[in-house]
Amino acid sequence: MSARAAAGIEVRGLRKTFGEAGVTALEAVDLSIAPRQFVSVLGPSGCGKSTLLRCIAGLEVPSGGSVTVNGATVIAPPEGLGMVFQRDALLEWRSVADNLLLPVDFRRGDRKQARARAAELLALTGLQGFENTYPAQLSGGMRQRVALCRALVDDPVLLLMDEPFGALDALTRDQMNIELQRMWLAEHKTVVFVTHSITEAIFLGDRVVVFTPRPGRIAEVIDIDLPRPRRLALRASEKFVSYASHIRSLFEDMGLLKEDA
Amino acid sequence: MKGGFTALAVLASIFAGWEIAVRAFAVKPVILPPPSAIFVALGADFGWYLNHAWYTLIVTLGGFALAVVFGVLLAVLIVESRLLEKTIYALIVGLNSVPKVAVAPLFVIWLGTGAEPKIAIGFLIAVFAIVIDTVLGLKSVPPDILDLAKSLRGGRLATLWRIRFPCALPSLFAGMKVAISLALVGAIVGEFVSSQRGLGYVILSAQGTFDTARVFAAIMVLGVMGMALFWLIALAERLVIPWHVSQKQYIPTA
Repeated sequence: MSARAAAGIEVRGLRKTFGEAGVTALEAVDLSIAPRQFVSVLGPSGCGKSTLLRCIAGLEVPSGGSVTVNGATVIAPPEGLGMVFQRDALLEWRSVADNLLLPVDFRRGDRKQARARAAELLALTGLQGFENTYPAQLSGGMRQRVALCRALVDDPVLLLMDEPFGALDALTRDQMNIELQRMWLAEHKTVVFVTHSITEAIFLGDRVVVFTPRPGRIAEVIDIDLPRPRRLALRASEKFVSYASHIRSLFEDMGLLKEDA
Repeated sequence: MKGGFTALAVLASIFAGWEIAVRAFAVKPVILPPPSAIFVALGADFGWYLNHAWYTLIVTLGGFALAVVFGVLLAVLIVESRLLEKTIYALIVGLNSVPKVAVAPLFVIWLGTGAEPKIAIGFLIAVFAIVIDTVLGLKSVPPDILDLAKSLRGGRLATLWRIRFPCALPSLFAGMKVAISLALVGAIVGEFVSSQRGLGYVILSAQGTFDTARVFAAIMVLGVMGMALFWLIALAERLVIPWHVSQKQYIPTA
């Protein structure tokens, strides 16, 4: 199914400041992501984790340092990039099937060939039969599934997800975590997954990159040694809980969590 | 359908009340003729009214079509060029507050007394609504979606065509609904200033002979024409953007 090799990412001394005042979003970020790895980027709101993602995507220009994808320095969005945004970014005027074909349309690819792949992905996410439905008629979870399928339809080498399930209710979110894992196990893309949920980060990631806020720096990178496929019940296991409490203690050290007011 | 029926019933009762009031208070026909007299005036020369209405319709559609074509083109240029936005767009917004009807006599000097000056006035009045609404629409693309287009390595032209333009369609239709009525106003103003044809000419010449029933008959034809044009655009809107929220609501004329 996946014809192209997954991408590896190297982030070296990345710094990003915004505006004349020079608000620093990222400072001295070093990170290596191997091909086919699922990396969760975890941190509180406004810690620069989305900025890191946007620098990898070529949507922001670094103020210092560099980002390379497959050895090539990122100055514009690299080829074979799939992105999923917090709000699904579906095009309201396109049906579900046509939304999936947007990446193909943008590179003037063969729609007919892509249709089979689109149908396959829709079946994988339980959306078969919704091909001709407009996004306005779908629930939040279904919309985000469509966005995920769209990111995968053109066989990307790299999947970047910016808090994709942040706007969903807790139950739907759990369901989406399971489905994302299933799809990742089937396709094994390189994934950078930005989230502010500790549970989600551990459940999905091979590694969890924990960020400190203002300026965003990497506090710690934690390897998650849990067998796949992971089930929701795993979240109650001793190992999972110890990962979670370790990360929580990191946030406490940053002064982000205070139990005594 | 039900809403249309109610609207007709309301219209009928207004005419009935008008008829009764005019008769009860014995209002002079030259001041306010009863609806029955207006319908008689209309029926007596129906073909003649239609002939003039046709001329006004062509002029209106001409002005409207020009306004849509140039308005959309201008809006695209304004959105794509920061320089044009700072110069032309500011100028257009400023010019919009000038009463455009005032320049109608100028067009007669420049373009003569045929259909051209009337089309030009219709265009001038209608084009502002198109430009302003289309610019608004082209700029209303959510930032996420622009990022998505960039991440797919979409060029400016592809992004314009596949993202910005579809996104602007609801605004464009809103602008077109306003513009079609304005183009009609422009056509009538043009005919007032100088014409031998059209409903504006009918109104002006009937006024000259104090034939109030005829003035009202022409106004009635204009009213029906304006509503029909508006309804046609609403219909086109439903066909072109069935996905838009506005289309899930009740459309008053359908």
